[in-house]
Amino acid sequence: MAEYNTQILICGGTGCKSAESDEIGNVFKDLLNEYGLDDDVQVVVTGCFGFCEKGPIVKMMPDKTFYVHVTPADAEEIIKEHVVKGRQVDRLLYKDPKTKKSVSDSQHMDFYKKQIRIALRNCGFIDPENIDEYIARDGYMALGKCLGEMTPEQVIDEIKKSGLRGRGGGGFPTGLKWEITAKVKGDQKYVVCNADEGDPGAFMDRSILEGDPHSVIESMAINGYCTGATKGLVYIRAEYPLAVARLKTAIKQAREYGLLGTDILGSGFDFDIEIRYGAGAFVCGEETALIHSMEGLRGEPTFKPPFPSESGYLGKPTNVNNVETYANIPVIINKGAEWFASIGTEKSKGTKVFALAGKINNVGLIEVPMGTTLREVIYDIGGGIKGGKKFKAVQTGGPSGGMLTNDFLDTPIDYDNLISAGSMMGSGGMIVMDEDDCMVAIAKFYLEFTLEESCGKCSPCRIGNKRLFEILERITEGKGEEGDIHKLRILSEVIKDTSLCGLGQTSPNPVLSSLSHFMDEYEAHIKDGRCPAGQCKALLKYEVVEEKCTGCTLCFRNCPVGAITGERRSVHYIDQSLCIKCGVCFEKCKFDAIVMV
Amino acid sequence: MNKITSLADLKKIKDQVQSKIKLRENSDVADTLVQIRVGMATCGIASGAKETMNFLIEETEHLAIDAVVTQTGCMGYCYAEPTIEVTLPGKEPMVFGHVDKVKAREIIDRYIIKGELVDGIIPASYKTIDEK
Amino acid sequence: MEMINLTIDNKPVVVKKGTTVLEAATSIGIHIPTLCYMKLDDLNIENKPGGCRICVVEVKGRRNLAPACCTDAAEGMEISTHTIRAINARRTVMELILSDHPSDCLICAKSGNCDLQDMAHRLGIREIHYKGAQSMYREDTSPAIIREINKCILCRRCEMMCNEVQTVGVLSAINRGFDAVVAPAFEMNLDHSVCTYCGQCVAVCPTGALTEVNNTAAVVRALYDPTKTVVVQTAPAVRAALGEEFGMEAGTLVTGKLVAALRRLGFDYVFDTDFAADLTIMEEGAELLNRLGRHLQGDPDVKLPILTSCCPAWVKFFEHQFPDLKEIPSTARSPQQMFGAIAKSYFAEKLGKKREDLVVVSIMPCLAKKYECGRDEFAVDGNPDVDYAITTRELASLIKISNIKFTSLPNEDFDSPLGESTGAGVIFGTTGGVIEAAVRTAYELYTGKDLPRIDFHELRGMEGIRKATIDFNGLPLNIGIAHGLGNARQLLEEIRAGKSSFHAIEIMSCPGGCIGGGGQPYHHGDADVIKKRQMAIYKEDSNKTIRKSHENPYIKKLYEEFLGKPLGHKAHELLHTQYFDRS
Repeated sequence: MAEYNTQILICGGTGCKSAESDEIGNVFKDLLNEYGLDDDVQVVVTGCFGFCEKGPIVKMMPDKTFYVHVTPADAEEIIKEHVVKGRQVDRLLYKDPKTKKSVSDSQHMDFYKKQIRIALRNCGFIDPENIDEYIARDGYMALGKCLGEMTPEQVIDEIKKSGLRGRGGGGFPTGLKWEITAKVKGDQKYVVCNADEGDPGAFMDRSILEGDPHSVIESMAINGYCTGATKGLVYIRAEYPLAVARLKTAIKQAREYGLLGTDILGSGFDFDIEIRYGAGAFVCGEETALIHSMEGLRGEPTFKPPFPSESGYLGKPTNVNNVETYANIPVIINKGAEWFASIGTEKSKGTKVFALAGKINNVGLIEVPMGTTLREVIYDIGGGIKGGKKFKAVQTGGPSGGMLTNDFLDTPIDYDNLISAGSMMGSGGMIVMDEDDCMVAIAKFYLEFTLEESCGKCSPCRIGNKRLFEILERITEGKGEEGDIHKLRILSEVIKDTSLCGLGQTSPNPVLSSLSHFMDEYEAHIKDGRCPAGQCKALLKYEVVEEKCTGCTLCFRNCPVGAITGERRSVHYIDQSLCIKCGVCFEKCKFDAIVMV
Repeated sequence: MNKITSLADLKKIKDQVQSKIKLRENSDVADTLVQIRVGMATCGIASGAKETMNFLIEETEHLAIDAVVTQTGCMGYCYAEPTIEVTLPGKEPMVFGHVDKVKAREIIDRYIIKGELVDGIIPASYKTIDEK
Repeated sequence: MEMINLTIDNKPVVVKKGTTVLEAATSIGIHIPTLCYMKLDDLNIENKPGGCRICVVEVKGRRNLAPACCTDAAEGMEISTHTIRAINARRTVMELILSDHPSDCLICAKSGNCDLQDMAHRLGIREIHYKGAQSMYREDTSPAIIREINKCILCRRCEMMCNEVQTVGVLSAINRGFDAVVAPAFEMNLDHSVCTYCGQCVAVCPTGALTEVNNTAAVVRALYDPTKTVVVQTAPAVRAALGEEFGMEAGTLVTGKLVAALRRLGFDYVFDTDFAADLTIMEEGAELLNRLGRHLQGDPDVKLPILTSCCPAWVKFFEHQFPDLKEIPSTARSPQQMFGAIAKSYFAEKLGKKREDLVVVSIMPCLAKKYECGRDEFAVDGNPDVDYAITTRELASLIKISNIKFTSLPNEDFDSPLGESTGAGVIFGTTGGVIEAAVRTAYELYTGKDLPRIDFHELRGMEGIRKATIDFNGLPLNIGIAHGLGNARQLLEEIRAGKSSFHAIEIMSCPGGCIGGGGQPYHHGDADVIKKRQMAIYKEDSNKTIRKSHENPYIKKLYEEFLGKPLGHKAHELLHTQYFDRS
């Protein structure tokens, strides 16, 4: 086997791929060939590095030089300078936003410093399309250990001891779930992987499947061994083509090695996995809806109990866990429950992956130990708020979660703390909002999402959310009425109290949490007809400051609807009844004579 | 591809494929390993640094020494090229000059394995960024 | 049997394991309101999607309210059904449902019979606090059913009926969120779908979203057209249900009042479909014996079992779903169509009128009959054998419009000759009745002996699929009965697989047979109503002096004077039909 002295890791996650990372890889390979360096330098396409803000990313090994925003045109310079001469290409290095200095390698980047990567351990490290690389990283050792050295009860016990809780949002103890499915009698049982990730802006599960598909396969097989299931199903949204392709490759390779199929590792245990495609319905993340969708029925939930562990896919006992939950399992088996339980807080063990997004410098995918504070995530890892603006709130738990303000920045993140703070862990979406965000509009945005994603089966979710949305819409349009806030509250409570599934039971959370933290903004909209953040177009007004207007006519000439009148060298005037609030006058005026009020 | 039919089989495969990612794995725990940096600027390459580097990689691999061999830029000792810097875990870095294959052999056998000093050490005249 | 102890509104109750909170509450006289929920006991029909959320109750220790209809009672449960939280939630949900429902109750076809209207009244809704956009869909009119989907509240009862009970699969929820609605795939029209017009969706719809096509105006126009002689026929099941529309107890037989009402409405001749039912038995019975005889002689081409063909929804069902088996059902037309054919030929001749001058109206418990009478093969030169089919419900409406006090009417008799029938004709109205009538006649014709007994209890009941073997003087005749198309499908799959051991099978589309038809007074989820109608039908049968079709003197006369003999040339032309592949 050729011994390489350098490996060039190129991020092959969806984000970087769409920014030509494939092309970069090809250019590298061509150049290496040209320079005769094929035998010394290997190009490896890996899963997501997490630091998507700076993609496409190229990481040089073993010195960990971390190049950001790399284009195909940069490849030659990297080869000539870095590979041949051993000199880092300074202009491509990550610049620390605080010190403004180049950071030579990933070890010294704040983004990575506070992270512990368990679920993402192989993402950005191995070639996800090469099972050998997974095996080299202890891959399938956990399965081997379970099949060869442990009874199903012992494995379940280990998972229980680890304190692992479901990473899809619910936070149900994983070991307990496995135990329940194991105890239910059934001639056929199923293991389902929920890869129907749907929170806006979240891509934790996608990245794991793209970067480390074998960890999910291995874990599902372990689950099958524990629960007595011989069939596994991965329910994945068809909008994740790369994850689907890599998962397919991984399943194929695992079969070729006999790690899926019959008599796995000579143990007599049979297990295989099929892929089922979802059409991207958020509600299908709910496990009963997911199961119905796989059965070929309409993707809508049914009342629980019975839980899938008793009666799931085709009425058979079914264990449903999400991708990230599965990704933790092999590490727990290999390193032991005690090791895993040593990370995190009292009731939330291990780490959690978050998709950091919104008004934050370092948008990306991170994995931090439970108990990390929001402040550490936002300011240390996330590099603070974009453009030096003021932090306003962070939304965790996606459309089902709540907004957390300044007061909660030092709250250690875990399942229970987030709930008592009025939000929830959810699957890991984390959206940061700054002073320019209107919280009424944000609540409306989330409502619009749930409204579209509701299956429409139960009346409170189908109609109630529509009514909530309509009230929010009229408030943002300046048509809010006295009593609207009361209606929002009452309706939200009833929707939460009466909806059929988790989607409806949590959909009013953004409304309720914005009401409790930002009542002043609601009141400003309704009583003063004003949007404090200046986001709600209908409440905006452009006016001419008479003292500053020179009568240059520039605004007059640019107004698309002829709402501005005035003679040359005299003060201009905006007819509010004609103004469409496009803001062109405001941008064009050279004398700051037009203001937004 | 042959099927893996037992845990022992799997472990065997693991040992075989370990090298594929060793380079990357070792970088994570570099502090606990032998780190060898080879000056690979123009002058270094011209005086055979590349051969030296390949030799170091092959030999450490062959002798199962957990070492990270990386290239680096000009160390400023052009008179003594090829130069390499060897850092044993917990020790100060040592720079050796005129490291051809023979010299490299000696460095591995005596300094890296046995911890004995060998000739050709260049006194450090600068501090690296990491130390500051 | 494991028993569960719980309290509901502080009252202790003990129930069997598997009992829902709703059932447990009902057992101690606590009436939790429900809207989407529907259960027809003994028919194995249950709809509990848990979607409307009207039946929510408070369960101590649970974070959210629980729907009583799909929450199983559990040991030690403490349920409160009328706390302020539960009442407020229930009323708010009701307001939400009403906010997305047209408020045109006064002119709605379902007014007075609407479960939604009743619920709004029961919950005391006086104001809708959450007004907003309403779902808007186009109206879809088919030959039998109108879909006014703006009025749909997504209870999914129709969907359950169409898919689980009938296995027709036309109606299902489509779209998502606020736009979710129950419709045929791609929002196609019903008449472009495989809909059988069985009307069970209409029978269970709690609102005016699904109703029948109303033909009463056309009937009134015919009645007041001096150039027309209007002849009416009434199906057997109508007399067992019509009284309900006038506040009479379910299962009250109103045959005499029905005739009196029809006469007062102005029909020139009031006849009985039961007469045509007897005629059907003559033809179908002969066909059965013919096929059986050939079978016994070893004819390999003979098709057995023979399947009844009285039910038009069933006919359309197999034309769509089992066209490969279309040679198996009896070719006998349904009683409605036999009646029309005879009325417009034999009876028209007797009156000395042309068929165009006759208008034949049928009163049916059925919606598919509206479609059936419009089928091309049942018309002569464009003039249909049956002009209009109206439902039991439409007849009640006509009676009300015409200022007739139904409950005070005297009992009157049908006109002759097409109003004379036997007990065998009456039992066509219930599941098992057609085959029992056929057995009564076939037995005597086959064995040449008198029946030792007339009541075949082994053919009666409410189970979805029933099997019995009747001894035909040493020949064991295997009889199958299915009601509900899902049950029919099971028997058809057996036939298709060559595994059926039946000689004859009766199939009715509607659960319970015609007494449970889509055109009957609404049962509002009470299966007892259907069972009482069934008892009424058997009572009418036992009250008759003649109870075998072949003993009907007017039927005999009809063959002598006009038709010749069963399966003869004329009978074939007027009383038999063919089936089409509609797959």
